[in-house]
Amino acid sequence: MKALLVGEYREGNLLDTTYELFGFADQLGAETALLLVGSDSRLPAWVGTLYLADAAQYGEYNPELHTQLVLEAVARESADCVVFLHSSYGWDLAPRVAAGLKAAQVSEIIGIREEGFEVGCCNGKMRRTVKPATPSCVLTIQAGAFPQLQPGGSPTIIRMETAGSSSLEFMGYEPAEAKELNLTRAEVIVTAGRGIGKKENVPLIAALAKALGGELGASRPVVDAGWVPHGHQVGTTGQSVSPKLYVACGVSGAIQHLAGMKKSEFILAINKDKEAPIGEVADLLVVADLLQFVPALTARLAK
Amino acid sequence: MKILVCIKQVPDLESRFKPNGSKLWYDEADLAFRMNEYDEYAVEQAVRLREQLGDAADVTVLSIGPDRVGEALKKAMAMGCDRAVHIADPDALLRDPWQIASIIASFAGGRGFDLIFTGMQSQDRGSAQVGVLVAELLGISCSTTLVGFACDGEYVIAKRELEGGIKGVVKLRLPALVTCQLGLNVPRYPTLPNIMKAKRKELLVIPVAELLATGPVAATVSFHPPMRKGSGMVLEGDVSTLVEQVIGILKEKTAVLR
Repeated sequence: MKALLVGEYREGNLLDTTYELFGFADQLGAETALLLVGSDSRLPAWVGTLYLADAAQYGEYNPELHTQLVLEAVARESADCVVFLHSSYGWDLAPRVAAGLKAAQVSEIIGIREEGFEVGCCNGKMRRTVKPATPSCVLTIQAGAFPQLQPGGSPTIIRMETAGSSSLEFMGYEPAEAKELNLTRAEVIVTAGRGIGKKENVPLIAALAKALGGELGASRPVVDAGWVPHGHQVGTTGQSVSPKLYVACGVSGAIQHLAGMKKSEFILAINKDKEAPIGEVADLLVVADLLQFVPALTARLAK
Repeated sequence: MKILVCIKQVPDLESRFKPNGSKLWYDEADLAFRMNEYDEYAVEQAVRLREQLGDAADVTVLSIGPDRVGEALKKAMAMGCDRAVHIADPDALLRDPWQIASIIASFAGGRGFDLIFTGMQSQDRGSAQVGVLVAELLGISCSTTLVGFACDGEYVIAKRELEGGIKGVVKLRLPALVTCQLGLNVPRYPTLPNIMKAKRKELLVIPVAELLATGPVAATVSFHPPMRKGSGMVLEGDVSTLVEQVIGILKEKTAVLR
């Protein structure tokens, strides 16, 4: 099987997550070639065919031109599958390539099974195994689901070009909001999830954080609802943390949240739903009403 | 300006899921259905644009599924959409993203929509494919994962959410399709007068057979709960006992409590 991997490049740098594609291809037992819209000065450390297009010419984000480049490389390589990361770049580009190839796409793969690819569904509570039914297929892999594999060496470069115009124009990046709070240095983080119910309950969680000598974290829905400022957000679009103790209060455990905290040394989850996906990464799951349990724990710590 | 919003009705994600008879998807019995959360942001953004443009704009909301999706369509009209299209399809939940996109594109083709909004993904399947595929099938401009949106009638300025909180700003020429991320806006709750008004709005039902002309390209071969790692401990019981147990475990396993 031949896999064309599509690497990621942002703000002038090759993203390390690109190496997860090699980890996936290795488990799949596929021969690899890589397509990158990037630059000569930031090449992946790997021996193989690199289809390289110039980001200065084709932009770091221009899905219409990038799709043309990927399709061209698929044809030259006679690839059986095209593999992207399930990222803001990958999930935007992959369906366009799938449409161009008239190929099935399997999104956000977390494992490889004999019968097909394993993916999450129902907010992480269930799994599906999916099998493409077309001769070639497009795959996106979940961030962090496969290990980064850095084979080392230098690629053989094939320059890629494409003609054509585009109906969209990339205007530039907007930096992340200033993080007045650096959660990555905290030894203890106590996070409020949607399960806290309402903004008025945030002080209960903050009080436990204080009693443990830690910082207050928040899951995405809590930040989107305006209950806690964005600087406290843990997860893919917030901060990635690995404290000594992570306490998740009413956090269901969306994939994007787990990706940002599962490396914590000890994870205590407090949730009324025993089946919540946070249980998969928790060292200790307390099944309780957090509005009762959290104040009781805070009071006991204060003794 | 003609605007289309595509919405999906999904189960309440707080529910417990169990496989149905086919063992390929969830059993619908005992599940309460609601509008996919991402799509609420899509509806809100379409309605805001309609308010900005006044009567020069017309918003159609579309959903594919069995009779129950009528509820989601009525909610969208109560939020401010002008009319609804229900593509009647009892088997919608079993179709792959390619088929769903084909149905939508087959409806939208030739109807001259200037702007199409979808959620960036559904909460139950989460494939994040349908919106982009619709744009590809229609041959229109597309961008995904919007947390910012502005439109002057000719161009869309889209703010995309990237990893680590960075945003990418993109300018798209109409016609275009955009997929909406959580946090794009604050979706409104329908008011009672608007709920009453929605009952008088047009709801067109089209049988799926008139629009579907393609088979699936991928097959689900199994639907099952995750394998538990089994390393974690689970505690239940009364609160005061739990507190003592948790303190004990934290003292033993972490360097945080002494």
